[in-house]
Amino acid sequence: MGMTIAEKIIALAAGVPAVKAGDIHTVTLDRMMSNDGTTHLTVDMYRNKLNHPRIADPQKMVFIVDHNVPSDSPKTAASQKKMRDFARENGIDFWEGKGVCHQIMMENYVCPGELIFGADSHTCTYGALGAFGTGVGCTDLLYGMVTGTSWVLVPETVKFNLTGKLPEGVYPRDLMLSIIGQIGANGVNYQVMEFTGDGAKTLSVNDRMVLCNLAVEAGAKTAIFEADEIALEYLAARGRKPKAVFKSDEDAVYQREYTFDLSRIQPVAARPDFVDDVVPVKEVCGVRIDEAFLGSCSNGRIDDLRVGAAIVKGKKVADHVRFLVVPASQEVYLQALDEGLISIFMESGAIVMNPNCSVCWGSCQGVIGENEVLISTGTRNFKGRAGHPSSRVYLGSAATVAASAVKGEICTAEML
Amino acid sequence: MSGKIFKFHNDLDTDQIIASQYLLLSNLEEMKGHAFESLDPEFPQKVKPGDYVVGGENFGCGSSREQAPGVLKALGVEAVVAKSFARIFYRNAINIGLPVIVCKELPDDVETGDEMELNMMEGVVRAKGNTYSCTKLPPYMQQILNQGGLIASLNKEEA
Repeated sequence: MGMTIAEKIIALAAGVPAVKAGDIHTVTLDRMMSNDGTTHLTVDMYRNKLNHPRIADPQKMVFIVDHNVPSDSPKTAASQKKMRDFARENGIDFWEGKGVCHQIMMENYVCPGELIFGADSHTCTYGALGAFGTGVGCTDLLYGMVTGTSWVLVPETVKFNLTGKLPEGVYPRDLMLSIIGQIGANGVNYQVMEFTGDGAKTLSVNDRMVLCNLAVEAGAKTAIFEADEIALEYLAARGRKPKAVFKSDEDAVYQREYTFDLSRIQPVAARPDFVDDVVPVKEVCGVRIDEAFLGSCSNGRIDDLRVGAAIVKGKKVADHVRFLVVPASQEVYLQALDEGLISIFMESGAIVMNPNCSVCWGSCQGVIGENEVLISTGTRNFKGRAGHPSSRVYLGSAATVAASAVKGEICTAEML
Repeated sequence: MSGKIFKFHNDLDTDQIIASQYLLLSNLEEMKGHAFESLDPEFPQKVKPGDYVVGGENFGCGSSREQAPGVLKALGVEAVVAKSFARIFYRNAINIGLPVIVCKELPDDVETGDEMELNMMEGVVRAKGNTYSCTKLPPYMQQILNQGGLIASLNKEEA
């Protein structure tokens, strides 16, 4: 029986010739990432709960401070210090303020064929490079750090055939929200989303990151693209080599299949408070906003900044709106500076912030108040996600967010 | 052991169990007073050790924050029973030794304040004079739970 890409990666990590969905295997992890959302608890457990504290291989560990940067309180500072000191004492790669964890991982670490645990739900982003990345809690992360291994229940794979090409003015964000809207917030719970087909070839690695990143919003364990020439080019440009390049076998078993014609996708928005409550943007036009956010591990890359800057160029952000622009990493920020995008944003009245998770996680920058409305390229729009429990979050593409920031109410770029 | 039910809606996400703004507090003891703050600010005072949280479909969706099952355990919640769970919450709960079990029929028949009793090993819940069957955990996961979670089980192996 053939295997899917995800099954081949698990088989390689388990050191067995074949696996099938439903099996439980012990795997050797290729890499583990942890950020400041939970690492202070991991360090406490390491120090206080283990009979034999040790780190199997510090070179496989990456610690990234990205959620509350710079620190917003003495308590945050104490939790981050605990993480920073532990990383330095143990020779663990440590990043702080350089970008959102998944962007840092894609720019510097992730290789095709790797099995990666990250203590963050959006670790599924790494499938854009043909790696199996999945989100775990801090206990799983600790166990992996100590033993170098973990247990994995092999998930079923669901195939998403992509055909055609996205129309002008329609973005991967619109595509993925459309998919989630159709299959639901638990549409692929515990399953792998495998993206394939001619349509996949029209998407860059950055585009693929948007699709993989949001897969967890449909419940997926991970999402994955084959590491094709587009992925290998991205990798080579950064001086890295694949661990393994896998294709799904002709006779691989899929739990079910969907086909999405990219040419029929239109600009959409997710309404509060559920990521799967997706409607065409025109159905929410006119909703007055207080804040707009362009950033996050989902859509804070150079492509998104280019789209946003082209829309706000020569225009002004509406008087009553705060427009936060937050590049996903310093690499992205520097490129945006080079291209003159940062000046365009600032001249329009935007607030350009340091790379971090920002208001997407609703605890540090740009938190919104009672009954306020945010339009965001962030990952989630749960109740109170960006601040006060009565506030509301709409999700959309960089184009929709930038256009709405100028108009002061939700609209598409075409309507400006 | 019988306990009181606290019932929540479908697609209950981990931000509602514990909001982002509390995650960087020093420890679960400091965080637990904020559990379910957006939905029922009095929950931490009302819930007693041995009580149950009951959810609908996709309970615990969203963030991987282990603080979500962590604060429920710290408050003494006996178990979480739901029609289905999001996978990261499910795995985290087992890893920290908080029982979680899938029961399709119970959630629609009960309300907050009702009493229930769970027998995890038999995979049954008793409430309002009825007996509901649950989906038992796979033996591998049940074993982690029986040992008090993943780290307890590792310590036992390396005792």
